[in-house]
Amino acid sequence: MSNQPSPLAASDILDKQFLTVRSKLIDLAATFDRLDRAVADKNSASIDTNLRIVKIREAVARLLEAGPGRAEAIQLIFSLPYDE
Amino acid sequence: MNYIDPHIHIAARTTDDLALMAKMGCVVVGEPAFWMGYDRSGTSSFRDYFRQLTEWEPKRCADAGIKHYAWMGINAKEAEDVAFAKEVVAMLPEFLDRHNVLGVGEIGLHKCTVNEMATLKSLVELGLSRSELLLFHTPHLEDKYKGTRMILDMLSEDKRVDSARVCIDHCEEHTVRLVLNEGYWAGITLYPTTKATPSRAADMVEIYGPDHILVNSSADWGPSNPFAVPEFIAEMRRRGHAEAVIRKVVYDNPLKFFSQSKNFNFQPAE
Repeated sequence: MSNQPSPLAASDILDKQFLTVRSKLIDLAATFDRLDRAVADKNSASIDTNLRIVKIREAVARLLEAGPGRAEAIQLIFSLPYDE
Repeated sequence: MNYIDPHIHIAARTTDDLALMAKMGCVVVGEPAFWMGYDRSGTSSFRDYFRQLTEWEPKRCADAGIKHYAWMGINAKEAEDVAFAKEVVAMLPEFLDRHNVLGVGEIGLHKCTVNEMATLKSLVELGLSRSELLLFHTPHLEDKYKGTRMILDMLSEDKRVDSARVCIDHCEEHTVRLVLNEGYWAGITLYPTTKATPSRAADMVEIYGPDHILVNSSADWGPSNPFAVPEFIAEMRRRGHAEAVIRKVVYDNPLKFFSQSKNFNFQPAE
């Protein structure tokens, strides 16, 4: 990974992407709320152990970690393992 | 399913949009006066705009088979200059008397300043003195919670206010409960990036029930979608909601709210 700097200034990226990021975060929060309501309302089984929700939680945690390569790391969380 | 888009800025939309909206079931629109994307240079610009909203846009909509109603007001972004706003407010009764105007709107706050509030109070006074319906714009983004609280506090202090005749618009997850608890109509705007999405609006209907909730596109000259209400209908259907519940939100509720205006004479199809 060459890790070349972005041609855009960080402040420019923030200016352009802030509303989009904000919107995606609220959508994500609303989706988590929806899942909670579905479990509570229908008294259905917990999804805590469902592999997809486990991966989603792992990805959210990875998102908050510092350092480059977050997108690659999250892609790998959602990828099948490969045994060389 | 027939629907009403109770808040859309037709002046910013094309004739093709109107034709497609009609094909998708839109039978009535409400067009509040608002900011044109730039500050007007004088009161005569407002006069022309109010004529556009009460003369030209109703004709364009009628050509597409849609009944058009307007709301008259001065928006919060141009309310900061209190003296200028006062001249515009003085012009409003002439247009509120027109046969296709539902009431005073959209009025409200933008940055929640003292001047904005002074203009807003004069607009509310005008509306209440004439027994007009009131349509409130709530601020964007970080100002929304504070601005919504300020508007609700202002209204609660005036005993003349009938909550059934007031819509507080652009509600989101952190403001919709406040509005519904006070007995007002809560408008939810469906936008691509800001405000609410069709999915999140469906969530709010599921959480709070379909009573007193209106959904609208508020489509204008910015990122927005004039077909957002049909998208909400599709989202509700995908979730398995009954047609009667969906129709209540997109048709019965706006019909009930608008019907309180003496000028609303739309005749629903049998």
